[in-house]
Amino acid sequence: MTKYRINKTRFVDQTKTVSFTFDGKKYHGFEGDTLASALLSNGIHLIGRSFKYHRPRGIMSCGSEEPNAICQINDNTDLTEPNVRATEIELYEGLKASSQNCWPSLNFDIGGINNLISPFIPAGFYYKTFMWPKSFWKKIYEPLIRLSAGLGKSPTQPDPDIYDHKYEHCDVLVIGGGISGIMSAKIAAKNNLKTILIEDKNILGGSTIYQNNKNFIIDNQKSNEWLMNEISELEKLDNLIIKTRTSLAAFHSYNYLLAKENISDHLPLDKKNGSIRQRLWKIRADKVIVAAGAIERPLIFNNNDRPGIILANSVKKYLDFYGVSTGLNNIIFTNNDSAYETAVSLFEKGISVKIVDIRKKSSSNIVKNAEDLGIKIYWNSTVVNTFGYKKIKSIEIMNLSEDGSNVTGNKHKIQCDCLSISGGWTPMVHMHTQSGGKLDFREIDQVFVPTEKSENHINVGSCNGDFELEEIVKNTNYKVKKFLNINEGGFDKISVLCSKESEKKNIWLLPNTISESKTKSFIDFQNDSTAKDIKLALREGFKSIEHVKRYTTTGMATDQGKLSNMHALGIIADTAGVKMGTLGTTTFRPPFTPLTFGAIVGRSVGKFFDIVRKTSIHEWHVQNNAKFENVGQWKRPWYYPINNENLHEAVQRESKAARDSAGILDASTLGKIDIQGSDASEFLNRVYTNAWSKLGIGKCRYGLMLNEDGMVYDDGVTTRLGENHYLMTTTTGGAANVLSKLEDYLQTEWPELDVYLTSVTDHYSTASICGPNSKKILNKLFPNKDFSDEAFPHMSYQDAKIDKIECRIMRISFTGELSYEINVESKYGKSLWENCIAAGEEYKITPYGTETMHLLRAEKGFIIVGQDTDGTMTPIDLQMDWIVSKKKYDFIGKRSLYRSDTMREDRKQLVGLLTDDPNEILEEGAQIVSELDKKPVEMIGHVTSSYFSPNLNKSIALAVVKGGKKMNGQKLFVPMENKNINVTVSDFIFFDKENKRINA
Amino acid sequence: MFVINCPYCGERDQSEFSCGGEAHIVRPKQPTELSDDEWAEYLFMRKNIKGVQFERWNHAHGCRKWFNMVRDTSNDKIHAVYKMGEKPPVI
Ligand SMILES: [Zn+2]
Repeated sequence: MTKYRINKTRFVDQTKTVSFTFDGKKYHGFEGDTLASALLSNGIHLIGRSFKYHRPRGIMSCGSEEPNAICQINDNTDLTEPNVRATEIELYEGLKASSQNCWPSLNFDIGGINNLISPFIPAGFYYKTFMWPKSFWKKIYEPLIRLSAGLGKSPTQPDPDIYDHKYEHCDVLVIGGGISGIMSAKIAAKNNLKTILIEDKNILGGSTIYQNNKNFIIDNQKSNEWLMNEISELEKLDNLIIKTRTSLAAFHSYNYLLAKENISDHLPLDKKNGSIRQRLWKIRADKVIVAAGAIERPLIFNNNDRPGIILANSVKKYLDFYGVSTGLNNIIFTNNDSAYETAVSLFEKGISVKIVDIRKKSSSNIVKNAEDLGIKIYWNSTVVNTFGYKKIKSIEIMNLSEDGSNVTGNKHKIQCDCLSISGGWTPMVHMHTQSGGKLDFREIDQVFVPTEKSENHINVGSCNGDFELEEIVKNTNYKVKKFLNINEGGFDKISVLCSKESEKKNIWLLPNTISESKTKSFIDFQNDSTAKDIKLALREGFKSIEHVKRYTTTGMATDQGKLSNMHALGIIADTAGVKMGTLGTTTFRPPFTPLTFGAIVGRSVGKFFDIVRKTSIHEWHVQNNAKFENVGQWKRPWYYPINNENLHEAVQRESKAARDSAGILDASTLGKIDIQGSDASEFLNRVYTNAWSKLGIGKCRYGLMLNEDGMVYDDGVTTRLGENHYLMTTTTGGAANVLSKLEDYLQTEWPELDVYLTSVTDHYSTASICGPNSKKILNKLFPNKDFSDEAFPHMSYQDAKIDKIECRIMRISFTGELSYEINVESKYGKSLWENCIAAGEEYKITPYGTETMHLLRAEKGFIIVGQDTDGTMTPIDLQMDWIVSKKKYDFIGKRSLYRSDTMREDRKQLVGLLTDDPNEILEEGAQIVSELDKKPVEMIGHVTSSYFSPNLNKSIALAVVKGGKKMNGQKLFVPMENKNINVTVSDFIFFDKENKRINA
Repeated sequence: MFVINCPYCGERDQSEFSCGGEAHIVRPKQPTELSDDEWAEYLFMRKNIKGVQFERWNHAHGCRKWFNMVRDTSNDKIHAVYKMGEKPPVI
């Protein structure tokens, strides 16, 4: 045993040695240790440097509230993880930990200079100092801040671990496996309710499990012995699931909770392989019982942050749970009785202990117990200073004045190697408030306690403000019975004896003889904010707790202010002279403790990150070297490079081929909605801007859909398949939204219409063949079909067959070429495509992708909704007046086209742009100006589509320009970083304006 | 995350639904006869109440039906769900 491992306990197996390294040096602990307890057993307190002043910091607690002891785990591997609390990580064989935030080393840290210049780094220092001169920002301030900001190092490789998500449903969820949680779970499970008990530690029992003290007796046993029996009883219950190493992350409305289970973090390195690391439980519980416990408060006095200053109950846990002494010459500094349990424990293990208490007396049993043992108590006293750089060596104490606002008498110096502090207890109300619960302030012991309002959750035990053992046991039994509507709790006749505290005193900021500006009384240990920072913020005019918090960064570190929030509030209230309850609290946001990104995303990584939609022809595209583009969730062929062509070269070749001979496009991704019903024509009349009643069966028509605000929403060709049957196509990305919007109108505005909508996007595959030779290819594919213009005119549709495969052929065009779209059931898509390629071989049919499609349609001036429009363009802005029916009384968006704003003549309007240098290709998104010298530069529009057209042998672009309709021929400029590009406004139809090619 | 009682399917997770904003705003039958201001009132103006609000919801990843819901926006308590066309309950 090491010098500091002085006690054998049932929780740490001292026969099983575990070796680990800290900052490269090898140490030993035992199975059951945390990294913190193992380090302390080796006498190591100094773990890191503080964030701002780089002061030496040590382990301060034993749980998730730990502000100082944060480590880098597995440094220099792809498993490295920063900001791991030494108090929370279970020791395992091979663990490698190192300190953070110190350079070059933990024991000698250059940033410590900040500590010496700290009078010059007050709250808001960064805001105030780095404001000016502006030119300093990029080269000097930002690199400087980046160098000193941040905690730890991020891994540089993808996380190799496996994470999991799982849903769970239960009647009762109990959060917290301390005494009140254990009682609640037992009551619920024994009454046939499916119950889950979660506990973030590896062992149930909370702080009672090591409360080995004769002053705390339940049913004639010491409280820890009694609880041990209860736990073994609990494990026999069938309908109770106990999840240890599982911490609650979030408590959302309707009892939806997230909990993170550590599955393999505690296993030795060689046993972790392949197993799931963490699992995120998504729990929907009928009832929730929160038994989250309380966190001990520190005390705020000068130099209260040295290594060796530890919360009193944590000192007790290290001693009685882990068997580790945090020091051999201990002083306890307290304002309440609970720390006396630590004192008695230390005394019983033979460790020297003295007590400094700010109260004048206390008449409880536990205090009497300490006095009877002969422990020296300094009543009515406070610590005014501490000494020792890397570990506390001594303290100075003084007497408090009558009202506690000042100190009197002489300083008295006492030697020590550990100072245990206790400022009382803060109920963990985070879960309660996350779920929407409210809080009341309880004056007597200065705590926020839950206001019970919800029918669906309650708080029991110390998180509800019940601190005395008798209250906890009796109230838990009573409240849980009532909450679950149960008559027999099983704890109805229980007898509890415990020490009771009657004298209470709290001073948020303890007084001192030194002027405040020369003290460092830390409130937020992780972010290094002190009492004087908060007072400065108040002097500078900040009033709201939320503002003070952000200005001073108090409570904004990775511990989320678990130790600091109450003191910050208390000091604000005292300084501003208001009652604490009136200030409110800061908002407690999830997660309660930091979650790994892995736990959040679960299995949705790599190819499971998002859904991928592929057409039935996809494999052919892959085999033919297609480069793909994501369009919504679809993978669409972008271009098909041959012999190392780049995008530009491939697109030039593809678009030339489509216009010179034949091209083929996989158009399966276009949204398709099957519309049926006796009012289908009327319905289309209402949703499209143009008229539909007279469209003959077997005919196709292009339609434009607006939002009710008059802005273009979607477009596509709709075909009349039968009297009451249409097939609508939508843009690829807009399909789901269009269906949802149409359903909305149908169900809510026009329920009288007899219309049914079905999404059939995935049901059909589409091959679109275009080009002057397309008709010949169709003739080969369908030898019995007459494709003459008379028999099968543009904008019409016919059925046909290839062998037994039913095909719907639409003669429609998005490229301006003679063009046919062949639709088959998806399962025949690849076969159809291969047939088309074979039939087109003699015409060098060329597969083309989305980029060529975009170019070809731009040559024709066809818009792409979402590229040339952005939700602010009306059809009039797009110069598409021809498609807006004047005769129809109403359609979606019609009235908005006559609003004063949409009728303005200086709206951005669609135009063509030609660059003066025909080889210059504009950047899509580039801004357009008319006067270069005007200041400020007035941007009158932007480029929406831009290509080099191989068919015209020059650069073409579409753009939206204010008042563009009347600017044909006008010279404008596109200013770029290094030059201004001269452009001329043109017609936006660049190619075949007479539409001759469609009937070629 | 709420549990929403779809009037057609029963209780389902909120993630299956999407909210369509304030309910009981009827699309004018004769929009052409409205002034710009009257049309703007229909088109843009919403109450956005803190408290009990009547809302439209769509069971988007379920039966695709639209329905109405009475929800207290301050605490997300759902007071009632009812089908389109049904009379709003008195809350
Ligand atoms: Zn439904």
